[in-house]
Amino acid sequence: MEVLQLLVSGISQGCVYGLIALGFVLIYKATEMVNFAQGDLMMMGAFIAYSYVNLMGMPFLVGFLGTIVSMAVVGALLERVIVRPMIGEPPFAVLMITIGLGFVLRAIAGAVWGAEPKTISSPFAGDVLRFNGVTLGYENLAIIAGTILLCLALFGFFQFTRLGLAMQAASQNQLAAYYCGIPVKRIYAFVWALSAAIAATTGILVAPITLIDPMMGFVGVKAFAAAIVGGFGSLQGAMAGGLLIGIVEQFAGRYLPTGFADTSAYALLLLMLLVRPEGLFATIQRKKV
Amino acid sequence: MRFIFKTRYHDDVRLFRHSGQWFWYSVLIGSLLLAPVMASDFYLGELALVFIWAIAGIGLMLLVGYTGLVSLGHAAFLAIGAYAHTWFITHGWPLPLALLKASLITAMFGALIGLPTMRMTGIYLAIATLAFAVIIEQVIVHWVTVTGGFRGLVVPRAEFLGLDLGGSMAFYYLCLGILIGCLLMALNLLRSPTGRAMTAVRDSEISAQSMGIQLARTKTVAFAISAGFTGLAGGLLAHKLGYLAPDAFSLLLSIQLLLMVVVGGLGSMHGVIFGAIFLGLLPQGIAMMRDVLPPAIAQVPGLEPGIFGAILILFLIFEPLGIHGRWLKIRRYFEMFPLYRKATYKRQKQFLRTERMR
Repeated sequence: MEVLQLLVSGISQGCVYGLIALGFVLIYKATEMVNFAQGDLMMMGAFIAYSYVNLMGMPFLVGFLGTIVSMAVVGALLERVIVRPMIGEPPFAVLMITIGLGFVLRAIAGAVWGAEPKTISSPFAGDVLRFNGVTLGYENLAIIAGTILLCLALFGFFQFTRLGLAMQAASQNQLAAYYCGIPVKRIYAFVWALSAAIAATTGILVAPITLIDPMMGFVGVKAFAAAIVGGFGSLQGAMAGGLLIGIVEQFAGRYLPTGFADTSAYALLLLMLLVRPEGLFATIQRKKV
Repeated sequence: MRFIFKTRYHDDVRLFRHSGQWFWYSVLIGSLLLAPVMASDFYLGELALVFIWAIAGIGLMLLVGYTGLVSLGHAAFLAIGAYAHTWFITHGWPLPLALLKASLITAMFGALIGLPTMRMTGIYLAIATLAFAVIIEQVIVHWVTVTGGFRGLVVPRAEFLGLDLGGSMAFYYLCLGILIGCLLMALNLLRSPTGRAMTAVRDSEISAQSMGIQLARTKTVAFAISAGFTGLAGGLLAHKLGYLAPDAFSLLLSIQLLLMVVVGGLGSMHGVIFGAIFLGLLPQGIAMMRDVLPPAIAQVPGLEPGIFGAILILFLIFEPLGIHGRWLKIRRYFEMFPLYRKATYKRQKQFLRTERMR
């Protein structure tokens, strides 16, 4: 029973990692840039939702949608102002710039909302679900359900809409997509907006479990490990990596001495890089000459 | 404007290109040697810290600026150097030997991390080093018998052969001496075949490989050397701090070190020095700004990292060559006056080079 309980909590935690990793992978797939500030975008999303729901008193659903729209705008703006000048620069420079962006976002959040942890009044909080001795909080259930819904929506978006197909094309070959008449630059802005919107959703879903404070974005580093374990550049890989890391972490926390819970994600990452550097679902291939 | 007429192949690899450089570097070293006469203890301490950052920066620059490998985990090497040095000192080793051994141990760790890097590039490598740094941080927290865990570890005062090196002036000269030694070592390394191989790997792995350079060996050696320099800086930093705690070596420190080499100017040893001065001055500048700003802004938590981040963004967008690049442009302007063309250093925009097909 204990194993099952750990598995369930691991899945719920893993969904969080997976969702953030999804944002990483989306941006990487489409633009080949690594957005290290993804966790901080999630933090911003949670804070904006807090402002809408708690400070302005909007109904939860309206606040939720409002947050997603606001964060999409923020994402597109960031792309325009900070990322677009960096197109064609070495990947390292882009990585550094998003690291800097993360610090700036954290300082902004600290300035606007203060450093004290906040809670969002969410309809998911409070109750627990019990069956067969396994307990699962409603908020965890909401995370799992939200993740599944979001994945389905994303799948549909990429398979069936013009914009989704254009994004796929731009991610496969920038120059060819450009020749086909796809406005690659605008697609980039859309990708950033989408990724920021996903981050916002994650933030709102996570908010009932971990309190909202400017430092909550550090979970992004673990999500990054998840994205790499899953094979950077593959959406299902990101989810799989997130779930794997979430579950491993729960078991390491229970059965191994203290300190291993925090490092297990990174140990797994190093192991993965040693054994199979291309990740679970590989997208990098060696060019055959 | 000075024209350098090269008559021998050796002229290409000389440390000092012309007599002017000899003169100005002697003036610089002379004024640094005389600085304790004029400056107060506080400024000597700050200068010593700048020297320590510069030593660590030499290590990171060799890796990032010359070999093209990004490390987000150099704080871990600083930490390993600091703790190893403290351990040796408390177990009765004399200071130079302890520093040397700490540096060698850190270099070993660097090689260890460098070994698997032959299979990784770019982002993957950065993340692997990040993971390594996080694991080292946890090891420091939990290996209480050696590191003291969260309680921390008191570093004994620096002394050698009965000579007290802990005073601000003695420590200043110690750091200055080691920095000059490290700089000469790094510059000589860069004109040796190993250093040339590192630069070749940075510019193009494929062409380096076809010239007969062993990629894996070069990268591992680069990592080891880089870690060795950083470990040496860590040993000095331990004396400077006087007290080691695990939270001093966090991810923020790794990023500060990277900020130092990026802001200073990637791919030049001048850049390291500029960056170290910048990193040393920045906290003072922010502290001064705090007094001027209204308290609503000045009391913001995380203001300092936020300003770091903003500076990093501005430099990467507007001056990717860093302070050293800006200095080159200014010098060029006056050398060429009034014929300087704005496009001399224009950035070449290029198409995205995909990493997915290698």
